[in-house]
Amino acid sequence: MIEQYFVHLLILIGIYLILAMSLQISIGFTGMLNLGHIAFFAIGAYTSALLILNGFPFWFAFLSAGILAMIFGYVLSLPIKKLKGDYLALATMGFSFVIYAILLNWTKLTRGPLGIPGIPKPSLLGINFSSNFSFLVLTLIICAICYFLIKRVTYSSFGKVLESIRDDELASKTLGKNTSKAKSLSLMISAFFAGLAGSLYAHYITYIDPSSFTIMALVPVLCIVIMGGLASLRGTLIATMIIVLLPEPLRFMSFPSSVVGPMRQIIYALILLLILLYKPKGIYGKVEIE
Amino acid sequence: MEKWRSSKMLKIQNLSKHFGGIKAVSNCSFEVRKGKITALIGPNGSGKSTVFNLISGVLKADSGKVLFEGKEIISMPIDKISNLGISRIFQKSRLFNNLTIKENLLLAFGNEDEKFWKNLFGLNKITKEKEEKIKEMLKLIKMQEFEGKYARSLSYGQKRLVEIVRAIINPYKLLMLDEPVAGVTPLLRKELSEILLKLKGQGETIFIIEHDMNFILNLADEVIVMDEGKIIARGTPSQIKSNKKVLEAYLGN
Repeated sequence: MIEQYFVHLLILIGIYLILAMSLQISIGFTGMLNLGHIAFFAIGAYTSALLILNGFPFWFAFLSAGILAMIFGYVLSLPIKKLKGDYLALATMGFSFVIYAILLNWTKLTRGPLGIPGIPKPSLLGINFSSNFSFLVLTLIICAICYFLIKRVTYSSFGKVLESIRDDELASKTLGKNTSKAKSLSLMISAFFAGLAGSLYAHYITYIDPSSFTIMALVPVLCIVIMGGLASLRGTLIATMIIVLLPEPLRFMSFPSSVVGPMRQIIYALILLLILLYKPKGIYGKVEIE
Repeated sequence: MEKWRSSKMLKIQNLSKHFGGIKAVSNCSFEVRKGKITALIGPNGSGKSTVFNLISGVLKADSGKVLFEGKEIISMPIDKISNLGISRIFQKSRLFNNLTIKENLLLAFGNEDEKFWKNLFGLNKITKEKEEKIKEMLKLIKMQEFEGKYARSLSYGQKRLVEIVRAIINPYKLLMLDEPVAGVTPLLRKELSEILLKLKGQGETIFIIEHDMNFILNLADEVIVMDEGKIIARGTPSQIKSNKKVLEAYLGN
């Protein structure tokens, strides 16, 4: 029983890590305060769930989740090209409300508030990942690949262009960089990985409904990014473990479930405040939050 | 005189820009000649920086033309203008503070769009030429040991120097410097003036805004004086020194 619980926590850490790393690309590396990220996670989850329930294999559903999220990333990048800071945050947040509204109201496709139950556990290359332990192995493998790819992207010369946009977009343009193209690509790559995380989430939980994809679901991810430090993947890894594990003791105290939910949010808010006050660069970050 | 020396690299025609009711630049026309140092001087708020921003695309002009090597560049985006070979620095330091000096300089190199996927996954290593060029540039400003330091850890004067080498590390045709020595120590000022003379010796074209009359009069081939958005005088440094209108604009009546 206790092993099952740890396996569950590790899977959650894996999924959150992919999601948080993907958010690092747009917030930490490119400096775009993207508050609509949960929408890409949702698009990934729904795409994967609907495809697999319609008979497509897991690998196809999984990749489509990433690609469709990426296409939405491109679409979002068009209207926000010239926005910065708070305005960008508001516009991206608006985007996540739109996606949420679509999931809730396009009942023919998504079954609306009823959600989609019975999402099967994945099987790949003839291996069935139905036990939690095998799912953990799958998650860890995907997580490692994502970590490697994101690290490659952010260490590349393209990654440095992204960082230059974060530090000073005008100076970057003056050096001849097409910054709107780079920002758009950053958002697409960011959305792609968020979509993959969404797919894993859907197949693990086996049931999704729009309420899992509200802006509140983004709070812990945002906490991870800030706590780990902007533009630090190593910090993101450590912060993911802390943020996922920290509220867990609440389960073992005899609070009613109506209290536990808000308590989690209070914990996240406290963590954010403490970091901003005492360690504004996060655990491993080099960039100070302005 | 050889022909290339007198040929015009940048030609400004009737350039105008206003902000609300204020005419920041009104009907300015002048040229920047190839291989020369042209200085733009004038009192605070006379529109010098606005002219720079109009040329480099940071601001959009209300009317007028900017021709670079005969090509109209007025409606082009900033990055396109930069890729034509116009390299500039700003009045305030604009280094990428959370990147190292080396990364800052690497970003100045050309944009190899065709190698996009290679770039994306970091497969194209930094070439030896780039490494050497960076070393050479840092040696020029005597900051070799700063390669791995974050830009934000530098002093203001050091930042200015790094910015200038970031602007010249990649081949360019026209270098535009907006008050490069404002607020730096006399020693750095001397160093900078040597660097600029060296560039001039190599036949580079430089367009410079500066407040320090002594600094500029020793350096420039041609001086353009602006006041209240208009060009009030043009000429060689010695002509400008004795120009009544210029003295009035600087010293008041």
